Amino acid sequence: MREEIIVSGRNNYLIDPHLHIWHWQIPLYLFLGGMAAGILFFAAYFTLRGKEDKYHAATKIAPHIVPILLVIGLFALLLDLKHKLYFWRLYTTIRLESPMSWGAWVLMLVTPLSFIWSAIHIKEIFPKWDWKFDILKDIEAFLTKQKKAIAWVMGISSIILGVYTGILFSAFNARPLWNTSILGPLFLASGLSAGAAVIMLFSKKHKERNMFAKIDIGIIVVELFLIIHMFMGFLASTQVQINAAELFLGGPWTAPFWIFVVILGMIVPVILEVLELKKFKIPVVIPAGLVLFGSLMLRFLIASAGQERRWLY
Amino acid sequence: MRYAMAVDTKKCVGCSDCVVACQTENNVPIGYCRDWVVEITDGTYPQLEIELRSERCNQCDNSPCVRCCPTGASHYSDGGIVLVTANKCIGCGACIQSCPYDARYSHPDGHVDKCTFCIHRIKKGLEPACVSACPTKCMYFGDLDNPKSPVSEILKVRKYKTLIPEAGTDPQLYFLI
Ligand code: SF4
Ligand code: SF4
Repeated sequence: MREEIIVSGRNNYLIDPHLHIWHWQIPLYLFLGGMAAGILFFAAYFTLRGKEDKYHAATKIAPHIVPILLVIGLFALLLDLKHKLYFWRLYTTIRLESPMSWGAWVLMLVTPLSFIWSAIHIKEIFPKWDWKFDILKDIEAFLTKQKKAIAWVMGISSIILGVYTGILFSAFNARPLWNTSILGPLFLASGLSAGAAVIMLFSKKHKERNMFAKIDIGIIVVELFLIIHMFMGFLASTQVQINAAELFLGGPWTAPFWIFVVILGMIVPVILEVLELKKFKIPVVIPAGLVLFGSLMLRFLIASAGQERRWLY
Repeated sequence: MRYAMAVDTKKCVGCSDCVVACQTENNVPIGYCRDWVVEITDGTYPQLEIELRSERCNQCDNSPCVRCCPTGASHYSDGGIVLVTANKCIGCGACIQSCPYDARYSHPDGHVDKCTFCIHRIKKGLEPACVSACPTKCMYFGDLDNPKSPVSEILKVRKYKTLIPEAGTDPQLYFLI
C-alpha cells in the first residue's frame, strides 16, 4: 500500500487539488478556430478548382461568418490570458517550438484574409453595397484580381490553423490524454466537418447540400477511424496513458464522450445524411446542428478530461 | 555551469522550514508556494517505510515549459536555471500544462511564477533560502561542473534518483536515497 500526502500543504490556486488552468475559453476558441478553418478551406479549395458558381454557398456565402467566428474566438482566448495587458508580447517574437506561438501567428494571417475574402464577396449578400470611396473600390478590384493567390494562402493557412487546434494539446507530454499526435488530424477533421455543416446550413441548392453531405460523411468516417486509433495507441502505451484512456473507457467521462461526441455528433448525423442522399426529407438543421454540437463537445471533453491525468510518481 | 540541488530523503524530517523560508525570501503571495514537502508511506503497519521529499521546480535541462512558451518569457538563465520574466508573460498557462511536476502556478498578478533557485542569492554567493534554512542540513546546492561543489561531492558518494526521468525533461533536482 502506498499513501502520498503533501505534508507542508499545497493549495496553489488553479493547480491544487486539481489542475484546472484552462476552462471553457480554450476549447471554445479551438472549436471556433477549427470551424473557421473548415469553412475557409472549402472556400479556397472550390475557388481554386474553378467551381465557385456550382458551390456558391461554400465559396461566397458561408465565409462571411468566419471573421465573426475568429473575432469571438480571439476574444475567448484573451479572456483566458491571466496577464492580459501583455498579450502583444505574442507578436514580439516567433517561437517555432511553441504551438501557442504558431497559433498566434497563423491567426494573424488567417483573420485578415477572412476579412478580405468577406469584403470581395460582400455584394453576394448585399447586392447594393457601395464602397463609397474610389480608393476602396480600387482595392476591391485589385484584390478580386488576386483571388486565386489569396485562395492559395488561405487554403494552406487554414489547414495549419485546423491542425494547430489539436497540436496545442498534443504537444504536452505532461498531460497523457493529450499527448497523442492523433489529436492534430482528429481536430482538423472535426473542424472540416463543422465547416461542411455550416456550409450545408447556408446552402440553398440541393446539389451543393448533397455534395457537402457526402464530404461530411467521408470526414466523419475518417474521424471515427482516428478515434479508434487514438484509443488503440493509448491502450498499447504505458500505464500513464492507459489510465488516461480509461477516463473515456469506463471512467467518469465515458458517457458524455461516447453519447455526445461519437453517437450524437458523428453516427446519428452520418445516418441522417445517408437517408437524405437516399431522398428522405430530413431538415438540414438536424444533422448540421448535431455535427456542430459534437465538434464543440469533443473540444470541451478532451480539454477537461486531459487536465485530470498526469504522470504517476 | 550547471546549477543543481540534491535533497537527502533520509535526513529530511518534513518540518517544512524550507517552504516557509522560500515564501518569506521570495515574497510568495499568501496561500501559494514554490516548494512543498511530500511524504510517501509504503507498506502496511507495522512494516512501514516513509520517504520525505522537499520538492520544487527541477530546473530541467530539457524543459518543456521553455519550449512551449509563446513569448519567450520562460527562458534558461545562468547555470540552466529556468526563469519567468513577468512582464513578458501573458499568462496563457501553456507552461503550467507542460510541466510534469506541476511546479508552476499562476501568480495573483497574472503572470506565472515558480522556484528560481534563489538566483538573486546565488549571485551574491549565498545559498538558496531553503538550503540555508534547513535545520537538518539535508539539501546540497552548487554547480555540477565544479567537482568540489557540495552537490557534486554528495552525488559522488550517495545513491540518488530523479523524479519521473522518463518524462524526458532531464530534471536537475536529485533525491538521495
Ligand atoms: S520542473 Fe517544470 S517548471 Fe521546472 S523546469 Fe522542469 S518542466 Fe519547467
Ligand atoms: S504563461 Fe507566461 S511563461 Fe507560461 S507559457 Fe504562457 S507566456 Fe510563457
